[in-house]
Amino acid sequence: MPAFPKKWLLVIIALAVVIPLLKPVLPDLVSDYRLFLVSTMMIAAIAVLGLNLLTGFNGQISLGHSAFYAVGAYTAAILMDKLDVPYYATLPVAAVVCFIVGYLFGLPALKLEGHYLALATFALALAVPQILKYKWLEDLTGGVQGIVLSKPEPPFGIPLSEDQWLYYYIFVVMVILYWAANNMLNSRSGRAMMAIRDYHIAADTMGIDTSLYKTVTFGISAAYTGIAGALSASAIAFVAPDSFNFFLSIKFLIGLVVGGVGSLTGSIIGGIFYVLVDNSAQALSTFVKNDLGLPFDLSAYTVFGILLIVLMYLMPMGIVGGVYILIRRLQRAGRGAPAAASRPAEAGKGH
Amino acid sequence: MPSLLEVKGLKAFYGQTQSLYDVGFDIPEGGITTLLGANGAGKTTTLRAICNMVRTEGTIRFAGKDVVGMATEEIVRQRIAHVPEGRGTFTTMTVDENLRIAAYTRRDKAEVAAERERVFAYFPRLKERIQQQAGTLSGGEQQMLAIARALMLKPRLMLLDEPSFGLAPLIVLEIFRILRRINEEEKVSILLVEQNAALALDLATHAYVLETGRVVMSGPSDVVKNDENVRKSYLGY
Amino acid sequence: MEQFLQQLASGLANGAIYACVALALVMIYVSTDHLNFAQGEMAMFSTYISWQLMNWGLSYWVAFILAVAFSFVLGVLIERIILRPLHNAPVLSVVVVFIGLLAICNSVAGAIWSYLIKEFPSPFPKSSFGIAGVIGPHQLGVVLVTLIVLSLLFVFFRFTPLGLAMRAAAQNPQMARLVGVRVDWMLALGWGLAAAVGAVAGIMVAHIVYLDPNMMGGILLYAFASALVGGIGNPGGAVIGGFIVGVLENMVAFTGNQIEKATGVYIIGNGEKLTVALIIVIFVLTVKPAGLFGRVVVKRV
Repeated sequence: MPAFPKKWLLVIIALAVVIPLLKPVLPDLVSDYRLFLVSTMMIAAIAVLGLNLLTGFNGQISLGHSAFYAVGAYTAAILMDKLDVPYYATLPVAAVVCFIVGYLFGLPALKLEGHYLALATFALALAVPQILKYKWLEDLTGGVQGIVLSKPEPPFGIPLSEDQWLYYYIFVVMVILYWAANNMLNSRSGRAMMAIRDYHIAADTMGIDTSLYKTVTFGISAAYTGIAGALSASAIAFVAPDSFNFFLSIKFLIGLVVGGVGSLTGSIIGGIFYVLVDNSAQALSTFVKNDLGLPFDLSAYTVFGILLIVLMYLMPMGIVGGVYILIRRLQRAGRGAPAAASRPAEAGKGH
Repeated sequence: MPSLLEVKGLKAFYGQTQSLYDVGFDIPEGGITTLLGANGAGKTTTLRAICNMVRTEGTIRFAGKDVVGMATEEIVRQRIAHVPEGRGTFTTMTVDENLRIAAYTRRDKAEVAAERERVFAYFPRLKERIQQQAGTLSGGEQQMLAIARALMLKPRLMLLDEPSFGLAPLIVLEIFRILRRINEEEKVSILLVEQNAALALDLATHAYVLETGRVVMSGPSDVVKNDENVRKSYLGY
Repeated sequence: MEQFLQQLASGLANGAIYACVALALVMIYVSTDHLNFAQGEMAMFSTYISWQLMNWGLSYWVAFILAVAFSFVLGVLIERIILRPLHNAPVLSVVVVFIGLLAICNSVAGAIWSYLIKEFPSPFPKSSFGIAGVIGPHQLGVVLVTLIVLSLLFVFFRFTPLGLAMRAAAQNPQMARLVGVRVDWMLALGWGLAAAVGAVAGIMVAHIVYLDPNMMGGILLYAFASALVGGIGNPGGAVIGGFIVGVLENMVAFTGNQIEKATGVYIIGNGEKLTVALIIVIFVLTVKPAGLFGRVVVKRV
């Protein structure tokens, strides 16, 4: 994937830090509601990033990341609800718990590939809401009712609104996780992960411990998505089993393929994208009903479904990958010479 | 004799790799033609190219009709039967089903049944094993079944890819005897690819020699048989 | 005892449904190596079509036949338009497209008919059908209808020339082409038949689970479990697997119920159905990937 120019990265970070502070100055542009929306986008981005580590960079398909998201969310919620653990301290615990769950699920997954792994994770995603309602866990999970929490408040009397504070909290977590993922992928281990994706059998003979890498990647991927879940528990201040159904996995999947299979930057864009579509669904539905006059309650999933299919034909590398290739081509055309520059890694080639 | 199959300037590719460069030959109606050549010379590829099973360029005319680019199944429906390398049968189906499948588009049941009997006259062994799964037959029987199934297509031209492959010499002789009868009695023209050059030259009326994707020699099989290079390279004396 | 028999009977009725959906999955699997994650939602959609037709005043069986025919056409079209271009695509693309289909079917059904749960009629007479105390009229009817459908399919594949050609195309496409079989169309027909069989299951089960856009989620998972138990790639195995899994599911709930009655401790019940399916799926995939009757071994790493 293209290395994001450092200069622009700093500009974006600076903007992301400053803009929320402009709330009193530009109340029309920066509102608590919008900041909250951006917070949920960042959570989504982290979740998609987690999925991308596994599917995009390691080539293991997962339709079950809603399960890890749920485990993260519930871990955080239970810690806050039962043990009065402060919200920020739930993240490492959620990460560890999800790493273990992911690692354990990764063990049987070692024997599976392609469609079968998709099936096993699909089954996981379907079963998780039921497991959360299991009678013996009811004391912890609150059963069908779920757990009601309270939103994080800014510490030390910092004069920020709850949503502003939440925004910064999640922003910092996202930046750290992104940085960590980026470092990991550029390390020896990262290259091994991708070698397993691209040259499955060769990786084994090259002396890479593929089983270890695959299970650990499963764990790390689950931990990332689990942290996103834990953040969402804080942000929404509520968890309930049925919000972690298979359709959540579909959202992660759309984030993955829109942003780009095997692209870190793409994961962020993918996360932002699905929250945006999800959020505009109401408007979209009203538009279809009132302006087009169709008796049809359009939902975000129709859009997601069509996009999933269309993208697989047009831009299997995702919009980010597709745009990158396009820019590359334009540059080459501009230079008027068939550049021998390195081609972008053809990520996401399934096996 | 009029040409049944005319091949000119045939090129074939597996992905990026070109394996036929300029192959051309004519198959006379009613004759038996053989393609000789070492491993990798392009014999099998030539057969596959005729049925559009590899990417092909050039001219292939069958009974005056251009068949390049036609789907494999449509070419077969022009009555070209291809017996692939390595006993091409549906192994989990019975002998009976293997034969019926070749006639599945034909409505006239009585005619098909009569034809099956005619085919069994060539291969009485298959009739005994009619309800047996093809995969449980011996190698020779499977090869016979593949030829029998090809016959059920009522072909004008039969393409045979290494029918002797991996079979005991006696069985091979039997199969070649049957092939000659089929050629004579059913008026089926045959294009034969064979490692066993001596056998093939005995059966064939015409022969072409392929080397690295090109025709290097051709002629009536008697002439080819006595060519010194052919003798040295393919006949071993 | 009577309770046990009731559970067994209801397990067989569920099993009949699973058998149909599992068979649909296997039909697509054997010819394309794909697992159709949208099979359940396609069946759900067909069930809504039949509901709509009945709502317009058609009789049950007319609506049934029209909806099944519609599903057949839809299946053929989906294969030709959506899946054909993905013939050599990587697995991830294919899975993503199936999930896209699933999302579309589900949300479009919700958009047209809303997510409110609807009652769905049963065509079987209440009084004279069933065995009192053991098996209800609808359950018996479901088993009979599925057995009829399965027999028809068996006859079709075993004895008709077209069925033979479809089997040939699934078993060895290259060779099937060499005997003049139009393989591409056979795959599309296979999709059509699979969709039709799935529709039968959907329409039959709707009376039991009620009609709503999410009604097939759990059933699809059980159908996958059935197909795996029977050895994915083996149509007969899928049918037997369906009945085994259907009975097993009910027996697990029954046993849980008995234990709770005897000891007062709740261990497992109807609320854990999907978890049971998850365990079956993972267990078979990792421990016995060929299933009970499978010849085709699941590709392992």
